[in-house]
Amino acid sequence: MSKADEMVTLTVDGLKITVPRGTKVLKACLDNGIYIPNLCYIDGMEHPPASCRLCLVEIEGRPGPLPSCSQEVEPGMVVHTNTDEVQALQKTAFRLLVSTNNGKCRFCMANKRCAMQRIAKFLHMPLRTKKLRYIPKDMPEVIEDHPCIVYEPNKCVLCGRCVYVCSRQNNTFALDFANRGFNSVISFFGSREEGVGDYCRDCRACVDACPVGALNFKDERDAFLLTLQEKAGG
Amino acid sequence: MSNNPTPSELLAEQTKVAKEQWQALHDPAVPVIYVGHATCGRAAGSQETIDGFKEALEEKGLEAKIITVGCLGHCYAEPLVTIHYPGYPPLMYQKVGAGEARVLVNSFLQAGEDPCFEYLLGALEPNDTFPTLMDYPRYLYEKRLIMEQCGLIDPHNIDHYLAVDGYQALAKALEKGGEWVVSEIKSAHLRGRGGAGFPAGIKWEIARQAEKTPKVVICNGDEGDPGAYMDRTLMESNPHQVLEGLAIAALAVGASRAILYIRAEYPLAVSTIEEAIAAAKERHLLGERILGTEFNLEVSVFQGSGAFVCGEETALIQSIEGRRGMPQYRPPYPAVEGLDGLPTVINNAKTLSTVPSIVRRGSHWFTAIGTETTPGTAIFSVVGDVEYPGLVEVPMGVSLEHLIFEVCGGIKDGKPFKAVQIGGPSGGCLPESELSTPIDFDSLRQAGAMMGSGGMVVMNSDACMVEVARYFVDFTQHESCGKCTFCRIGTRHLLEILTALTKGEGSDDDIAELQTLSESIIKGSLCSLGKTAPNPVLTTLRFFKDEYLAHYREHRCPALMCRDLIAYYIDLEACARGCDACVACCPTEAIFTTSNRKKAIDQEKCVKCGECVYACPPEYDAVFKVSPPEMVPDQGIEPLNEEKEENNE
Repeated sequence: MSKADEMVTLTVDGLKITVPRGTKVLKACLDNGIYIPNLCYIDGMEHPPASCRLCLVEIEGRPGPLPSCSQEVEPGMVVHTNTDEVQALQKTAFRLLVSTNNGKCRFCMANKRCAMQRIAKFLHMPLRTKKLRYIPKDMPEVIEDHPCIVYEPNKCVLCGRCVYVCSRQNNTFALDFANRGFNSVISFFGSREEGVGDYCRDCRACVDACPVGALNFKDERDAFLLTLQEKAGG
Repeated sequence: MSNNPTPSELLAEQTKVAKEQWQALHDPAVPVIYVGHATCGRAAGSQETIDGFKEALEEKGLEAKIITVGCLGHCYAEPLVTIHYPGYPPLMYQKVGAGEARVLVNSFLQAGEDPCFEYLLGALEPNDTFPTLMDYPRYLYEKRLIMEQCGLIDPHNIDHYLAVDGYQALAKALEKGGEWVVSEIKSAHLRGRGGAGFPAGIKWEIARQAEKTPKVVICNGDEGDPGAYMDRTLMESNPHQVLEGLAIAALAVGASRAILYIRAEYPLAVSTIEEAIAAAKERHLLGERILGTEFNLEVSVFQGSGAFVCGEETALIQSIEGRRGMPQYRPPYPAVEGLDGLPTVINNAKTLSTVPSIVRRGSHWFTAIGTETTPGTAIFSVVGDVEYPGLVEVPMGVSLEHLIFEVCGGIKDGKPFKAVQIGGPSGGCLPESELSTPIDFDSLRQAGAMMGSGGMVVMNSDACMVEVARYFVDFTQHESCGKCTFCRIGTRHLLEILTALTKGEGSDDDIAELQTLSESIIKGSLCSLGKTAPNPVLTTLRFFKDEYLAHYREHRCPALMCRDLIAYYIDLEACARGCDACVACCPTEAIFTTSNRKKAIDQEKCVKCGECVYACPPEYDAVFKVSPPEMVPDQGIEPLNEEKEENNE
């Protein structure tokens, strides 16, 4: 029996689940109907970035909340997804993410399918910042440095899914992280060269991978905004 | 087998030649002048000193040998010069500029009569005439293990290092084998000096046992803490010690490739190390078939571009791989899967510098120094308001009080001590009540600070703790790589709240938010940058809460530092009629003449630069600083009406 065929049974929130060896705890839970908030994880990642800090769980016998995307299942593992500490940290991480955007969902193409909306519902948290000040990034609301894709830095949660699908899955390197600290963004580095636009238009990978609608095709977004205007006008 | 010379035998030939040269320097026929010429010395003007000596010697037609050495760590005394004149013990002089160099040549080197006591720091050897350096508390209390040869040998001359038993440890390690080295380092309990204090021996063992080959060792010289320069000094002043440690580490883990990651802002360290690598290769101490054995090690330098976060080992690896310097989730630890997926050991330059002496002298010798949990010594760059700033090496376990007040001479200008920031921007600020804390990894962590890489900023009563916290958080939030939510956005919110506080804005809720957000950032961040970034906030909140409260409740900065909360005024009683000293220095022309021909400050125009305080002659000392600004007394000031005066006359 190969390693992947071997099954492992673990307990999550009192429920016994059985998954193949080598599965990450996050995937094991999601596959078994136990939702854990997450943004940056993509199924199949060898080394998940563990950067959104939302998929935290507590595992008995290990110190502190840990990102479930980076923990492999072990036989007899006991996982808690909803302890007070986990929830407090998830809520803080969520509040921090919201504080740069401050919910303008109605004007967003990702409205109703946005990962942040789902997490807000799960954590019973508002999509507008209350306790924390609203701090947008020090840059334009919309960045158009690509022939056909527009980027909205304040919506972006820097999960890096777009970078992963573009570079690791498609072996294209059209976009990457830029700047540092709070002003970190995704950038196409002004790749306005001929050909890039055509390539990206056919690909769609980054736009589809974005969980929050921060990356969109320019023409699609223009059409969406026009419909909104018409609705408002009519 | 017996025909082949052992590594020790091969080395012995080189050492013999080196020792003969070294001896000749120590019983000189002509005077020998040693000039401290590392970055700190150069910044203080050591090149002018060297030129001064050369010119003066030429003018007088005197012969003397000038040797450039590294840094002794006595920054307050730079440029440092040691003169070994035949018949005298080696004498060390402080603050020797070109002028002093000339005087030394004329009075001492020419006639050999007047050893210029006025510039003398002390003699390096015991004697009857001169005070020795050992008589100073700084030397008495220091325990030089890693820095033993720093400032005494020429870093550009491999023979100097060989003469002081350099590369003996490598020869010994080659004979005893990697397994032995690992067990020796393990029993020495050598803990990583980069900050985390992870046992180096265990790290090496993990990498040694890893199956994948080839393996890599990396020297972390990406020192980024503001005000810290220990690694730089080691690489500039004793590069071969770092290289020897690196070669021993490579032998221990079975690596064939070694990289020194040095930040590009350290050009002298880069060139010194590169030069040292070339010299060591030529002597078969690095490169192929080291000391006649099968052990090969390819050594190269990688220049980091200055991101603070690249000091974190996984970010450092990303940086060498050509990616953006972003920390990765561990495990896998680099010792298992590091650079290009290969088992990689990353040790700090200080850790590696400690290795040769442990291997040479044995782990028992090492564990006798320092404390039980943290043997050995600690190097701190003590800066700020101390009398004798500089690099200090003390045994682990001595108290902070001892380090600051005995070794470094206490607070400058007799002002009271207020706090010490230990461990760089992510360390903690400890008050007087915590000064008895012993210096070791665990005690400092318990006190809320951390060992870090060894930066230490001492502050007197003029430092505002809210501003200090704001300063360090500003640094870490700027240096955050932006990967994880807590560090990227959380530290920014800390900065917002702290900046508002320094302007007198805030509420009890903000203080509560500072506390809880800080705790969340520590728990939730991905790497140690985020996990330690809130330390300055938490420690200042814990030890200096009153200062926080004063800022937003009373709009007062108790240390009179935060510009928005202070005001300057001129005391009319003290001000001298007709004196214009302050008027000329004011950049905004805020100072005007009063009706009784004294001076006053227009608060509307004043930008609170404080220049007038320095300009006011000490005999009047009439400019005062107050907080809150409303404290400026009403002195019934009326501006001088020139027209009216003229009419009266």
